Amino acid sequence: MRGVIGLHATGAHAAEKGTVEMIEAHGLTKRYGDKVAVDDLTFAVRPGVVTGFLGPNGAGKSTTMRLILGLDAPTSGSVTVNGKPYQRHAAPLREVGALLDARSVHPGRSATNHLRAIAQTCGMPRSRVDEVIEAVGLREVARRRAGGFSLGMGQRLGIAAALLGDPHTVILDEPVNGLDTEGIRWIRSLLRGLADEGRTVFVSSHLMSEMALTAQRLIVIGRGRLIADTTMEAFIAGAARDAVRVRTTDPGALAALLQSRGATVSPDQDGALTVSGMSTDQVGTAAGAAGITLLELTARQASLEEAFVDMTRDAVEFRAPGAESVEG
Amino acid sequence: MTEQTTHALPSYRGDQRVTQTRVIRSEWTKLRSLPSSAWSLLTAAVLIVGFGALYAGVRVARPPHDPASIASFDPTAISLSGVQLAQIAVGILGALLFTGEYASGMIRTSFAAVPSRLPVLWGKAVGFALALLALCVPATFAAFLVGQSILASGKLDTSLSQPGTARAVLGAALYLVAVGLLGLGLGALLRSTAGAVGALFGLLFAPQILVGLLPSSVSDHIYGYLPAPAGIAVTSVQPDPFMLAPWTGLGVFCLYVAVLLALAAWRLRRGDA
Repeated sequence: MRGVIGLHATGAHAAEKGTVEMIEAHGLTKRYGDKVAVDDLTFAVRPGVVTGFLGPNGAGKSTTMRLILGLDAPTSGSVTVNGKPYQRHAAPLREVGALLDARSVHPGRSATNHLRAIAQTCGMPRSRVDEVIEAVGLREVARRRAGGFSLGMGQRLGIAAALLGDPHTVILDEPVNGLDTEGIRWIRSLLRGLADEGRTVFVSSHLMSEMALTAQRLIVIGRGRLIADTTMEAFIAGAARDAVRVRTTDPGALAALLQSRGATVSPDQDGALTVSGMSTDQVGTAAGAAGITLLELTARQASLEEAFVDMTRDAVEFRAPGAESVEG
Repeated sequence: MTEQTTHALPSYRGDQRVTQTRVIRSEWTKLRSLPSSAWSLLTAAVLIVGFGALYAGVRVARPPHDPASIASFDPTAISLSGVQLAQIAVGILGALLFTGEYASGMIRTSFAAVPSRLPVLWGKAVGFALALLALCVPATFAAFLVGQSILASGKLDTSLSQPGTARAVLGAALYLVAVGLLGLGLGALLRSTAGAVGALFGLLFAPQILVGLLPSSVSDHIYGYLPAPAGIAVTSVQPDPFMLAPWTGLGVFCLYVAVLLALAAWRLRRGDA
């Protein structure tokens, strides 16, 4: 289909100007009974970069991905892939390759037969299946029952299925789950490679640290709502809340002093103090002026993981009561 | 380490449109690549031939005595009695083709590859029907031949050249194909193995019991139209006043199957996967 139109006849996945090689959601909402799993999400996932889809467990990431693939129907709103709802593409595996769940495989079937059955739906030959098995490193176990696979091998099989159709868009739900260090490194370089080829790469994770290493863009959701749609750089800059660790001979006096200057002080387990709201310079100057002896003075950057947890918690707390259509 | 075990993936160029023919091929691969489906089909064949032979042996040991039972004695039906058991194996396997995918999550893979979904239903139906046909036609003929050779020892046998006999043997195979599709439809409609198997038993056996509770002036007219009695009519050589004509009966049974497959199609189209 694509080849006929000529859009990708050159073999490049790069998005030419004017084409819509992306995932676009508009007011996407999904309710299951009373429960709102995805709540009015509007976002776009663009080609050429890895876009992380971040949120705590149960935030609605998997539901969103199922909605993108037309596996679930949205309650309201819409989502398109490369300009059309996924179901309307004549060659769906050319458009999107997805890893939804490593266990979306019949346990009694071998990896080869599983992939062959998928390949046959759109006329891809055996040789393509062999190429993909080779590419994900499953050759030795390709003839074994998928039910006996480890979590990591199951993930590789799911990724093989996602790559089978050489898709413009790759959607992976928690791909690093169950992978060992080697597998995780492989996924990272795979994702970057796919994005460098101009594909749209959309990867979910509940681990901020993992996303920080792979994604260039970030879409963060909590309880089904959009919290952030930003670049990774901007997210890190915005999330960094510096704290100062300080050890002193007189913690009581120092804490009182810093609190009087507006800082927040909390004692650490080893007797040191964690101060936020002041820089190391300010803490050191204040202590010197008051004649308090400092034993240690360290700037401590809050981890991205903490920032992410805070962010999603805050967003949920601040948004839930004031939001228009929650209880509606 | 990673670089040694994995390789770069070449790009793929080719027509990747989903067509019904391609999906049939895919479903055929799925069917034959599960050891459990091969075992179920083998079980069905063994039941068809084995139970027919067993029952034929019983009837040789206890031949009909009074004129009425001699008149209604149907050696074809006796050799095909295994069909009654095989229909359960075949119907359950049909249901499992869908419920197995729902239980394992495979259905999401299937519908992501074929997002219009209905080709998956038709693909499974065609593939399974062909497999059943290839298995059941030889099995019912084998059951007939084995059964008759056993009945011959009591001079109770018949032959394929007798009127209606070949039709009954072929019809038994076709009935099993239809039961398989009934199970498939139930599996797609109900999605759970327990539900589908329960519904299969219910459809095949419960209506006769319920109708039996009605006054016979009513039940005599309804009985022939119930799913199993309608479908099984094609396998009897002796005319039975309560049953439909052979091909009419099978036609009625196929209507039940068609209705179920239509309901399954309707549910597949609109529901979440």
